[in-house]
This record gives sequence, C-alpha cells and structure tokens, in this order.
Amino acid sequence: MNKVLMSGNTIIGEAAIRAGCRFYAGYPITPQNELTEYMAEHIRSAEGGVFIQSESEIAAINMIAGSSAAGFRVMTSSSSPGISLKQEGISSMAACELPGIIVNIMRGGPGLGNIRPSQGDYFQATRGGGHGDYRTIVLAPASGQELADLTMDAFDLADKYRTPVMILADGMMGQMMEPVIFKKPNPRQYPEKFMLRGAGNGKSKFIRGLLLDPIDSEAHNWKLARKYEVITKNETRFEEYRIDDADIVIVAYGTAARIAKGAIKRLREHGMKIGLFRPITLWPFPELKLRALSAKIKKFLVFEMSTGQMLEDVRLALQGYADIDFHGRPGGAVPTPAELANVIAKIYDKKD
Amino acid sequence: MAKIVFKHPESLKENVFHYCPGCGHSIVHRLVAEVIDEMGIRGITIGVPPAGCAVLAYNYFDVDMIEAPHGRGPAMATAIKRSLPDRVVFSYQGDGDLAAIGIAESFHAANRGENITVIFINNAVYGMTGGQMAPTTMLNQKTTTCSGGRRQELDGYPVKVSEIFSQLRGSTYVERCSISSPAGVNKTKKAIRKAFQCQIDGLGFSLVEILSLCPTNWKMSSVDSCKWIDEVLSKEFPPGVFKDEIAAAKKTVEAQ
Repeated sequence: MNKVLMSGNTIIGEAAIRAGCRFYAGYPITPQNELTEYMAEHIRSAEGGVFIQSESEIAAINMIAGSSAAGFRVMTSSSSPGISLKQEGISSMAACELPGIIVNIMRGGPGLGNIRPSQGDYFQATRGGGHGDYRTIVLAPASGQELADLTMDAFDLADKYRTPVMILADGMMGQMMEPVIFKKPNPRQYPEKFMLRGAGNGKSKFIRGLLLDPIDSEAHNWKLARKYEVITKNETRFEEYRIDDADIVIVAYGTAARIAKGAIKRLREHGMKIGLFRPITLWPFPELKLRALSAKIKKFLVFEMSTGQMLEDVRLALQGYADIDFHGRPGGAVPTPAELANVIAKIYDKKD
Repeated sequence: MAKIVFKHPESLKENVFHYCPGCGHSIVHRLVAEVIDEMGIRGITIGVPPAGCAVLAYNYFDVDMIEAPHGRGPAMATAIKRSLPDRVVFSYQGDGDLAAIGIAESFHAANRGENITVIFINNAVYGMTGGQMAPTTMLNQKTTTCSGGRRQELDGYPVKVSEIFSQLRGSTYVERCSISSPAGVNKTKKAIRKAFQCQIDGLGFSLVEILSLCPTNWKMSSVDSCKWIDEVLSKEFPPGVFKDEIAAAKKTVEAQ
C-alpha cells in the first residue's frame, strides 16, 4: 500500500471502510463534516454499504445500533454538541452489548462553544457520558497514521468486547493533512449468534437493555463490570517519548501531545531534559504505567486543551508519588509549542 | 373430522400478557402474530418494541426483536431494514413514543419512504407511567398531568398522526383503525396485513394507527372504554384509509 496524503477526517472514513464498516449514519456538524461527506461518497461503493444522513445525532446513534444488531460493522461521527445528543444511544449500546464506533472530533464548549479544536469532552468520553454504570473504550489518536490505525483497531475492539468504542480527536486532527499508509485489516471475528437477522426455523432472540428485576439488572451490571476489568487489564495503550533521562514528564494526549513534542524539541535544544507520556487509550487510562514511571520521575506536567480533565486521572495515578503541575487552554484556544515551552522552562528553573 | 377455527398463533409465545385487563395491546399483539403466521414470515421478521407498556413485547412475539430507546424505533427499524432488505421489519409504538419524543424519527422514516411498517397504538394517554397527558390526549380529557382536562391554550391540540403522515410524499399506506368492536378488530387485522404486504412487495412506508383502549388510566370499564372510543376518540381521530398509493407504487416498481 502506497503512502497517501489525506485530511484527518477522510483518513478515518477510508480506514473504517477498509476495516469493513458497511453502515454509517451521521448529521452534519463542524469540524467533522468531511468524514460524513467521505462516507456518503464512498461507503455505498462497498458491497452492502449503507449511508444515511440522519435527521439528528440521536437518530444516527440509534441507526448504527440497529445495523450493529443486524450484524454490520457500524460507525457514526459528530463533534462535541452532537456527541452530547448521542449519549442516550451510547448508553443503550453499552447496555445491549452492541459493537459500534463513535467518532468525536471535539470542538470548543460548553454549549455551542465554537468550531475550534478543543479537548473539553474528556470527562464525557471517559466516564461513560450517558446514564448508568458503563464505560466506553476511548482511543486518542495523535497523527494521521494513528487515525488510520486506531480506527481499524477500534472495530476489532468493539467486536471483541461487544461494546461501543469512541475515537476522541479534535478539530486539528480532523482538518490537518498528513501522509498515511493503510494497514491490512484483520478479518472480522464476530459470531453470528450475536446477530439479529430473523429467527429462521429456530428460536427467536431479543436484544434489550431493560431489566425490570433489580437482581437481574445487578447481575447484568456486574457482568459488564467484569468485562471492563478485562479491557483495563488487556487493552491499555500509551507512548513514552524521551523519558529515559527526563527530569520532567509532560502528560498529554492527541493534539496536545503533538504540541508537547514541539515544546520538548525546543526545550532540549536549551538543555532541559523533558519527556512525554502520552495515553493512547484514555479509557482504560494507563494508570499503572504512569505510576511506575514515578519511581524515577518526580515531576509531571499535565497539558490539555481544557481546564484540566485528564488531570484527575493523572492525580489518581500519581497523587502522593510525584508532583503534578498543570497547563491548559480551554474553549478552542490552541497553544503553540513556544507557549508550552515557556511554561515548562519556568518550572524547570524552579526545580532545583 | 373437526376443523380448527381458532388457535394460539405460532408467532406468539405462551407467556401470559402482563397488560392490564381490557388493554388493547393484547388484541393488537395477537393480530400482528396472526398476520405473521398467515403470511409465513415468522423466520424473517424483526420487530422493534418501544418504551411504554409494550416494551416487553419480546416476551410475547416469537420473532427476533430489539428494544429501542424511547421514540427511536423507526431509526432502528430503518437501519435494520437497510442492512437486511429481505427481512420484514416493523416498529410497534405508542402515542408518546411516536408523536412526542420520537416524532422526528417517525416523521423522517416516513418521509424517506423507508420500507418498514409502523404499528401505532393511539390510546390518548401515557399508559406505563401512570396516565399522563399524551400528544393525542383529547381536549378536556383529564389525565394526571392535566387534571382539569387538556386545555389547548396550555397544552396544544391532539396530534393527528395519520393525517400528518399521509401528507408526506414518502409514505405509501396509512390507515387508522379501531379495536373497539369485533368488526373494528377484523378491519384492523386486514390493515396490518395490507401494511406488511406493502413492505414485502417493496412499496415503501406503511403505518397503521390503531385507536386502542386503556381502561386503567381512563378509569372506565372495558365496555365504557369501547364506547368512549366510538363516541369521543374516533370523532377527533376518524378511522379510515388516509393514503393508499400501493397500486401506484406497484406500477413504479414494475416499471423499474
């Protein structure tokens, strides 16, 4: 496969179709429209491919739930306000154990906010987002290549654990163009017994999230919880960048991690030993890996395009083990590597 | 040799209905199951029950079913049908589900001409939650959230689903029936059968609105409830065929 130059949003679309996504429903919202448009243009060319421009984000998420139940690989995408609307359906998919991919190309919030890149939806994404006791696997790509790879992986994870998976990127990731090589997708492994395709001559099935008996419902919740434990144990992903000799480690994901790498380059040119710990799965958060790092590194700086949301997960991992600083720019403001470098230079000087 | 003239439909499980005595759901469930049996489509039918009293419909229908969040049945049914075009897909919805919280999903499924069937139970009240005002509650009808009766200046007017949906170019067949009498029940079954046939023939969106009774929340006997449907409810919601473009749709399909 040749290297091609594509925008982030279209990379997700192409990777999804290559991974076997055959049902997409979505509603226009900036800054992710190129993805919806890409699916409209291309998914129908694949055999059995269905594209529906839904009447709302609520309809879209319930459409992908329906097609997922019918046995298709499915995806919807939106940006922050639209993702809020999808929460009812995401909760329902988690309850009904329906695999599916939800892409959130985050923009400034709260409310309508603006259409600039932001990371204000971390809490919503990693804490479930909708009602009830559930989790969503959250993947946070930081490059065009990762948009492709993680989109494909998302479909495998969703099938493997029969659960919705969110790709959490932002307007910067969605809009920028980068070279990408699409890897060969894995063949799908999803047993027919989970699909609802008509009873034929056999026993009829039903898929439901309503469990009126609290004892049944409790058992179902614990079953989900056990599944989330397995995911936490097996699927945590992260990147460590120049941490071997680091005095301070930045903790950042997605676009913020890209900015952090730029800042690290500048700071190292001035002799300041800075590294980066980049969670790739935001849920499950690589808590134990981060804590292990605190054996040799005693100062961390959390950097987010928000007022400090992942900061809470970092505190859960490091509180009492190391010092934790924070720098954030919420509401669609994107700091430059120079700005972040200045912030770090100040605390670096204070370190000794 | 004795001939069987009445039996338990095969598409209906043996479970005892949880519905209140006199409730219309049991009748409509039976009608849908009889139609599925008679058409021989049990194995290829997928149903989408709503939030509402009929949320447990999967305990009764012996066909594949997936429960939709409140109002989202037609979105889910749309996706299932588009994914598996040779299956028969129906959503089963109440008046709150279809005409309030799910009006957008229902309206647009109809407008897109989705080749699905909607079985719409209109009993002018929210049954499962205990008798609150529905979008189809009559003016002056008392409910727990309009205890002095529905007032148009505060609560608006009863929503006429069949009239509205028949105006959408995407719908093919829209009929309103009533199960307040044996004749009405027979007519309702014919309408359900016609709607399923419309879908099987690939002719587009079909909706059967059924005026149904809720003696518990209407606080009436079953007999009085049937009378109330005939004398009051059906004056606001007159039964009849609001749209039947099956013949025209057939011609279009055949021309293709």
